[in-house]
Amino acid sequence: MAQLLQHLINGLAAGTIYALVALGYTMVYGVLKLINFAHGDVMMVGVYMGYATAFALGRDMRSSLVGVALIFAVAMLGCAFLGFLFERFAYRPLREKPRLTALITAIGISFALSYGFQLDIGFLPGASPRAFPEIIEPKEWITIGDRDVVVWNWQVISFLIAVGLMVALQYLVFRTRFGRAMRAVSWDHRVAALMGIPTDRVIALTFMLSSALAAGAGLLYAIKDTSVSPLMGLYVGLKAFVAAVIGGIGHVPGAVVGALVLGLVEEFVVGYAASTWRDAVAFGFLILVLLVKPGGLFGRVAAEKV
Amino acid sequence: METPAIPAPEARSALPAGLRGIFPVLVALPILAALHWILSESPFAVYLLSVMGVNIILAVSLNIVNGMTGQFSIGHAGFMAVGAYISGVLSLSLKEVALSFLPVAASDQVLFTVALLVGGLAAAACGFLVGLPSLRLRGDYLAIVTLGFGEIIRVVVQNTDMFGRALGLSGIPQYSSPAMVYFWVFLTILVARRIAGSSHGRSLWAIREDEVAAEAMGVDTTSYKVRAFVISSFFAGIAGGLFAHFVPIINPGSFTFVKSMEIVVMVVLGGLGSTTGAIIAAIFLTLLPEGLRSMFNLLGTESTLAQKVDQIRMPIYGILLVVLMLSRPQGLFGTKEIWDVLPRWLPRKRRGLA
Repeated sequence: MAQLLQHLINGLAAGTIYALVALGYTMVYGVLKLINFAHGDVMMVGVYMGYATAFALGRDMRSSLVGVALIFAVAMLGCAFLGFLFERFAYRPLREKPRLTALITAIGISFALSYGFQLDIGFLPGASPRAFPEIIEPKEWITIGDRDVVVWNWQVISFLIAVGLMVALQYLVFRTRFGRAMRAVSWDHRVAALMGIPTDRVIALTFMLSSALAAGAGLLYAIKDTSVSPLMGLYVGLKAFVAAVIGGIGHVPGAVVGALVLGLVEEFVVGYAASTWRDAVAFGFLILVLLVKPGGLFGRVAAEKV
Repeated sequence: METPAIPAPEARSALPAGLRGIFPVLVALPILAALHWILSESPFAVYLLSVMGVNIILAVSLNIVNGMTGQFSIGHAGFMAVGAYISGVLSLSLKEVALSFLPVAASDQVLFTVALLVGGLAAAACGFLVGLPSLRLRGDYLAIVTLGFGEIIRVVVQNTDMFGRALGLSGIPQYSSPAMVYFWVFLTILVARRIAGSSHGRSLWAIREDEVAAEAMGVDTTSYKVRAFVISSFFAGIAGGLFAHFVPIINPGSFTFVKSMEIVVMVVLGGLGSTTGAIIAAIFLTLLPEGLRSMFNLLGTESTLAQKVDQIRMPIYGILLVVLMLSRPQGLFGTKEIWDVLPRWLPRKRRGLA
């Protein structure tokens, strides 16, 4: 029983991080119908930005509240800028082209980033994983019994941050002018432009928001996992994407639910079966969900126009 | 996509109908024999040509699904893995067996062919499984499912004792020869070209251009898509089998998402739908790292840079994809073949064939 509870907690904690990355996928897909394959790699770049900031701040500074805030701010702003660049120079020129071209571009960016960061030329970090500095000291917040069930502080913190960001995002999308513009663009961006909505600006802001979210999620992931490598984005990104699709891509609460479900499924596979099967089970689950509900759990299948 | 290139009907040929069918074979076989004879001296050339051949098979076969049918599949390495492992295991277990009525070398080749075919068929069966979801899924979703299948196959291989888990298979007999590889290259190209010009192929092009319209015109889209997947994965399996029989060791690391993407880059670079484009891109992208390496070696002292070529290759692929999509999204040749693109002085009267 205690073991089950522990797996439940770990699964939820993993799920919240997937959820934050998945939200970025879902937002971009919702507005542009583009699977931003490079999202996970933007996250990886954000983690390295945070890593560099943490080292620049030094040992004492980085574990203080100001230091942590600074690390998050640098990574999130840096990634927002990166997202802006990609949108402006890689995706915007392709907006009127078939969606496949944008997907291939995204895959290209993803490869350039994840493998480019593995080169050990100049400032690039090289292929070997590095230990992320301990910016939040791990503490056991709740222990039940004789350490039967342990809840770590970072689990609670990332859960709270994830839920907070999710609520904020839901508010942004459904209660603000910007959110209304986003929804209009996602409905039909040509008509939205005719109605006086600055389409380009809305799409660029969506990209920046999603990239900043990715950086935040990446840092939470790095705090939990403590090891960062150029390939982390490829795999975390893929999982988060799977989560977004399971929930119904383009649907904000769906992404969160999908991520939590995926986190739990993976945790139970690791806990009760074999950890090496984790990836296969994640994808198998995805295929199963898609076969039963092709639009994901919450998604709708749009009627095809003839 | 660009304007649909509907394959024009086959022009009249000077050859009598009976001879026309086997004409490519009559030309190919002597060339293959000569190739084999010339190359048996240099192991590096043999290796390079074999890798190139395997890549050509992979690119041309993926082009049937991605280029002709327009179903974006990014799990081709998974099918290759199925072919490689199944035929590898088969060859390992048949190593001691010899068909007594044949000389040893011939018996080996017969067994190898059987192993290859079994591997190809196993891959085709997997292709059938992957093709089935295309009944309900389209576009991006199908791409993700193919990616997922590729990863699942990799994880399954990694966890099966028979396939040597993470260590992979070693000691597979080295039956592949350039002649064998290029025989299959030839067969793949032949099949791809015959499909492109046939009524079957026209249905595939129709699906690629507009699935709903194709269905409205009476094309059984699901069945054609599944068939495209089966054919394509059969040849991917063959390519995997050939690969397994000339590298000393195969392991799950050779068949990751990265390998799939390499093949996708080849198809996209050549032009989605162009068989000759896929071939040229496959040759170019196989030789590029080797060329870079020898270029850096020639430049002298920077030997570390030469060693880094394999690292640089992947970022280059990524940037290449982005630049290509921004500048020429239809690839080098689009849906055309090389003889449609090159100027008229090319000695070919039958222009306008797709």
